Amino acid sequence: MSSEVINTKRAKQEAAGPYGKVGHALNELDDRLGVAKGGRSFLDKIFPDHWSFMLGEIALYSFLVLLVTGVFLTLYYVPSSAIVTYHGPYLPLVGQKVTQAYASTVNLSFSVRAGLLMRQMHHWACDIFVGALVVHMARIFFTGAFRKPRELNWTIGVTLLTLAIANGFLGYSLPDDLVSGTGIRIAYSIMLSIPLVGTYLAFFVFGGNFPGTAIIPRFFILHVLIVPLVILGLVGAHLALLVRQKHTQFPGPGREENNVVGSPMFPVFMAKTTGYLFGVSGVIALLGAFAQINPIWQFGPYDAARISYAVQPDWYMGFLDGALRIFPAWSFMGFGHTIPLEVTIPAVIFPGLLFGLAYAWPALERRVTGDHAIHHLLDRPSLRPKRTAAGVAVLALLSALFIASSTDVIANFFHISLNTVLWAMRVIVIVSPFVAYPITYKICKELQGVHGAGKRKTPNLVVRTDEGEYLAEPTPAYPEDVHQELEPTPVPTFIEEPEPESAAPGVRVVER
Amino acid sequence: MSDESRTPVALAGLRADDPHLEPSARNPHVVEAVIAGLMVVGTLCTAGFGAAFWVNAKPWILGATLGGGLLFLGLGLIAWGKYLMPRGPFVEERHPLANDEAEREGLASVVMDRGASVIKRRPLLGGLLGGGMGIFGIVAMFPLLRSLGPLPKGTLFHTDWRKGSYLVDQTGRRIHEGDLAVGSIVTVFPEGTENTDRGQAVDQTVLIRLSNENYVTQKGRATWGPKGYVAYSKLCTHLGCPVGLYEQQLQPGFWERS
Repeated sequence: MSSEVINTKRAKQEAAGPYGKVGHALNELDDRLGVAKGGRSFLDKIFPDHWSFMLGEIALYSFLVLLVTGVFLTLYYVPSSAIVTYHGPYLPLVGQKVTQAYASTVNLSFSVRAGLLMRQMHHWACDIFVGALVVHMARIFFTGAFRKPRELNWTIGVTLLTLAIANGFLGYSLPDDLVSGTGIRIAYSIMLSIPLVGTYLAFFVFGGNFPGTAIIPRFFILHVLIVPLVILGLVGAHLALLVRQKHTQFPGPGREENNVVGSPMFPVFMAKTTGYLFGVSGVIALLGAFAQINPIWQFGPYDAARISYAVQPDWYMGFLDGALRIFPAWSFMGFGHTIPLEVTIPAVIFPGLLFGLAYAWPALERRVTGDHAIHHLLDRPSLRPKRTAAGVAVLALLSALFIASSTDVIANFFHISLNTVLWAMRVIVIVSPFVAYPITYKICKELQGVHGAGKRKTPNLVVRTDEGEYLAEPTPAYPEDVHQELEPTPVPTFIEEPEPESAAPGVRVVER
Repeated sequence: MSDESRTPVALAGLRADDPHLEPSARNPHVVEAVIAGLMVVGTLCTAGFGAAFWVNAKPWILGATLGGGLLFLGLGLIAWGKYLMPRGPFVEERHPLANDEAEREGLASVVMDRGASVIKRRPLLGGLLGGGMGIFGIVAMFPLLRSLGPLPKGTLFHTDWRKGSYLVDQTGRRIHEGDLAVGSIVTVFPEGTENTDRGQAVDQTVLIRLSNENYVTQKGRATWGPKGYVAYSKLCTHLGCPVGLYEQQLQPGFWERS
């Protein structure tokens, strides 16, 4: 360094380099961590602009809301089955003997500032989290984004969905109210139904016969520490793989297998995605404010000898509940053992097959199509009619099962007998995938043949050739229907000011 | 992330008047004013949330101000990114993830030649290591499982009902012969278990009065329905939910349309 005394503003600026204090700080960071090259290439990362790429972000941001609101809730919730007498502002419960888990949940809802808001936001964020995961997964599936080289990330994604559903159920169970307690009872029976090991498993998980006092603290530590930690790790791996393998993209002008077209991480995508984080959290906060969810004080504390009408779980458990409700009463009894097939098949074997199919799908498709190539360009769903139809068939089956989880409400609402509803749902559940598959397949095939599907129709031009033959040719799309954009260019590292016309050297005024 | 084999990204520049750097909004000044409006509303809502929290306002006011603040600031930020920032599109090269043949052979050779050959040369040690680790893996599960709970033994086959048990309701009051009118139902427990977890989960029974006379459900059970009383376990054999619906008390035809 020179020994000159830097005592002018301008000289100070020049000594700091063209990028001032920020540039200086970045240099200091690079001296120690060597972040200049990797950091810049991260900030240069291109994110495709298609709306469907935002679905996974809804999941990510609702998960962040879950973490923040969840930490708030742990400060007040007491994971204990010890019996206490309720004293608090909710008069109908005063004097009742309830568990500490239930009392503390009611207490944090009514006596803690913003407690009810946080609880309702937490519950809504969970429902949105799992919903976003499912919709995101559907996008990945129908566009073929799971194909080589992204099978591993698909596997991580399916695992995340499984863990999200499991942790949602664990959290839903913690308030120990009448509805969630019934859910725990059903979970216990599902464990019991597993042949050979089921009874042992159920006794180990519950610390003995149902209900016992161990299950609330055990579910609590799983819900607030172990499962979220695994989810957090897998989310990190999911995103790291995404950066390493780069995004897929839809085919289009300038969009090839060997490039990615879109907006750079910094600042365009960062602005949009931060805004999106705020937006998702804002919508969850508004739901928490205006849409009541899980009012446990109305359900009352859990009592194994009571049950209520219209007891439905959170939406993502609906398909399992529906399957359990409509499955015929088959069971095997003999040799001193009972295997309740009516539980084992719908609640153990069926979800096992369902998620097994999801895990195996990339490999199955590779085997069937013989396609082992690397794909970075996405499929239009209509161009893969069999895959699309298979996906829609599974969604139809799951939707029918979801509806079947409300047999009691349907019977009461439409004033028809419960048994009629039961039989109707059995038929609908079995028939729906077989109806959905051919219809979807047919629509896909039709769409393939339609010129400019989804766009305004343009007139056909009938041309008479010299031989007298008539040909109908579609005219090009209307200009305003065509997506207009420039030829993509590499992200600029430097922005150069256009040089002034007359670059005459002026006299510099030096401040003293 | 940094990878030596990656081709370095060329440092490209653009002139500030390049069309890629222009905003996509047709009228940026109007858009800027709208975004400014959104952000002002968002900031006001956020300040309102602070005030609402301070005075301990109702939950819906807390949620509305918090949600409004986040949502409006978020919408403003999204619109800023979408309409006012460089419209692009920008492109990034995608280089194959796979390395060249020499690198791949190198890795395979390290694993198989340098690694596996060491184990192949000492099959005894390899076998012992594998066996030891396997046993450790199984044994390590013991504290994870066996400490968690007792063995079930026969507990699932028994309740606390004994010959001569008194029937009590959930408050512990004994049920007497004249207590139930015909057509009514009550949940009963063997005396002493009505307040226990086990009593409620395992012993719960429904007592139904069908008539004033002795009630015979089937042949050979002449004494099973004294004075019209019958009792069934309240636990459904399906999933163990308590069965709380009694046709007498439901809307007609809930189960079967007659």
